[in-house]
Amino acid sequence: MSVLTFKGGVHPADGKKLTRNKAIDEYLPEKCEFAIPLGQHIGAPATALVEVGERVLVNQKIGEASGFISANIHSSVSGVVKAIAPRKLANGNKVMSVIIDSDGEYKTMPEIIGNKYEDLSREEKLELIKEAGVVGMGCAGFPTHVKLSPKNPDEIDYVIVNGAECEPYLTSDYRRMMEHPDIIVEGLKIALSLFKNAKGIIAVEDNKLEAIVKLKKMVAKENDIEVKTLFTKYPQGGERSLIFATTKRTLDSSKLPEDVGCIVHNIDTIYSIYNAVIQRKPLVNRVVTITGDAIKYPGNYLVPIGVDIDKLVRDTSEFTCEPEKIISGGPMMGISIYDTHIPVTKCTSAILAFKKDEVSHIEPSNCINCGRCVSVCPSRILPSRLAKASDVCDEEQFLELSGMECVECGSCSYICPAKRQITQSIKTMKKSILAKRRK
Amino acid sequence: MSELLNVSSNPHVRDKESTSTIMADVIIALIPASIFGIYNFGIHAAYLILATILSCVLSEYLFEKVTRQKNTIRDLSAVVTGLLLALNLPSDLPIWMAVIGGIFAIIIVKQLFGGIGQNFMNPALAARCFLVLSFGSRMTVFTYDAITGATPLKLLRETGEGDLIHMFLGITAGTIGETSVIALLVGAIYLLAKKIIDFRIPFTYIAVFAVFILIFGDKPFDLEYLAAHLCGGGLMLGAFFMATDYVTAPITPRGKIVFGVCLGLLTGVFRIYGPNTEGVSFAIIFCNLLVPLIEKITIPKPFGGKKKSRHKEAL
Repeated sequence: MSVLTFKGGVHPADGKKLTRNKAIDEYLPEKCEFAIPLGQHIGAPATALVEVGERVLVNQKIGEASGFISANIHSSVSGVVKAIAPRKLANGNKVMSVIIDSDGEYKTMPEIIGNKYEDLSREEKLELIKEAGVVGMGCAGFPTHVKLSPKNPDEIDYVIVNGAECEPYLTSDYRRMMEHPDIIVEGLKIALSLFKNAKGIIAVEDNKLEAIVKLKKMVAKENDIEVKTLFTKYPQGGERSLIFATTKRTLDSSKLPEDVGCIVHNIDTIYSIYNAVIQRKPLVNRVVTITGDAIKYPGNYLVPIGVDIDKLVRDTSEFTCEPEKIISGGPMMGISIYDTHIPVTKCTSAILAFKKDEVSHIEPSNCINCGRCVSVCPSRILPSRLAKASDVCDEEQFLELSGMECVECGSCSYICPAKRQITQSIKTMKKSILAKRRK
Repeated sequence: MSELLNVSSNPHVRDKESTSTIMADVIIALIPASIFGIYNFGIHAAYLILATILSCVLSEYLFEKVTRQKNTIRDLSAVVTGLLLALNLPSDLPIWMAVIGGIFAIIIVKQLFGGIGQNFMNPALAARCFLVLSFGSRMTVFTYDAITGATPLKLLRETGEGDLIHMFLGITAGTIGETSVIALLVGAIYLLAKKIIDFRIPFTYIAVFAVFILIFGDKPFDLEYLAAHLCGGGLMLGAFFMATDYVTAPITPRGKIVFGVCLGLLTGVFRIYGPNTEGVSFAIIFCNLLVPLIEKITIPKPFGGKKKSRHKEAL
């Protein structure tokens, strides 16, 4: 079978061998403090449903979605609500959070028994997904029930499961595919049942052949689901690159995937859809890859949402030394954090700790116009020129060169031989233009 | 966590290639041509190579010292400029003239415009043209085997014939680095294989030039005549090593093709109709001046989008 891909992209050292063979290990800390943010998704933060002093159980809804684009929040532990206070997240923003003193017992809510899956209507399924607080767990955190409710459900041709996991070091999706290929397929079937004309695609990069083999076996009898092999290249898992590679359809920033008949879901999101609809379990934990050269025992852990990152790393994988840099997410698009006392959220796909920071020591030199950034850019724009326009605040030139098409994948900064912070410059300009438009 | 953590914008990893490794690769690619030049023309060629490299590096060092800028000689770009300049000089040029060329290339063409990445003309070629205009008699007369003889291109224009084998190997008169097509091609293949240079510029350049010669040359549609034109003069050196200079070539993919077309046409015009038999250097520095214009008309269409930014009205 042919290997699918897109034009552009880079090949960073992948570092996945540290954790690719480490099975997912469930981490349930004993008595400790949990901070469950009410805003872990794109859109309005949820409103707290509990009060200080109240006892909560695992899976209990503690935050109610407060708008169309918003998501419910559930407790991942049992214990007593200690406070409702702002807490810092990986991106540095302070978000209202429910602080829970856990009792370490993980007492769960009584199980809800509802209609059988076969009897559920489309609306009921969407309601279950909404109720469970499922959001996109790649990195965006877009509420899944909104994504699954496009304007014209009949015009959706493909539901694509993003198993590319093109970020170096990350193996959480790979482990999910290896350990629960059946659930991925079942979850996809639930998503497909919402659309009359949709076919399913599970797209996986060719550095995960074992997962491809397993999934192919699973879908052998499914007529509507196909496993597609992608060429291993960053950012293959970017939404636009992925849609192009699997369906040859193209879209720019003015379009949503649904406008070209596609809906893309992350592996862990599909897993959570299955949990929500079949098991009636809300999203209260996720797989986190903890790795990097400053980590003693790299691995993949199933982590309750709200646990402190510092505690998580010390309890499970330990630091070998004081790291110089810690990243929440992958090395290409993740956020470097300056404080490890932040909670794990629905979007924390990995925690990377490095002994040495590659980036801060490098001094950028003049652009030599080599054009490497242009040839790797998946959006086919001119990154070095955009960075220049951004550095001199030339908005007009920035828009002329289609700067808003940047997907912020970081390929240009990665490849730049003059070590310029191209992505950073472009992001800055984009942010300021978007802020102006909102006014 | 007592220690302070480093923070920076994404991405947090970088490719190993840097400006200096790229320049080192260009130097490696020029070694076959340089060695052949020394073998072909004798030890004075080696002195010239050393003199231009030293004068380029020293001028850059001193200029940055005097103007209190960051020292950039470690990026090796001055070495590349010096080496390329030497390869474009006749083998019996007095050393002092070569040194003046090196100083001109670095100080006037490169540093006065802001140093690496800011010059709008290829420094080595601009210096060569400066020397041709200043010391014409020394720059355009080529001695070979102690005889002042004509270059293969001159013979080609006068007799319509060239000794192809000698031209391919490089056993002819000419500048130090331009004569041996085979040595230059070895270096070019190295650069293409390591993806240091893009194939678009040299390939369109040579293809368009070939078509021009086939049609407008003294012997239309004569393949032997065409081969002599391709192997003669500075075409190979220019197409693979000078026209591909990052700083002075367009950054847009389509722009590179337009650039190659302009180069091919201009070189053809200069060689066939010009007063000199050689046209590569002037064609390249002239086209360098067209680069901003070429880039302006070849801005690529973004992925999945329309050419013009629709956001303009929205703002």
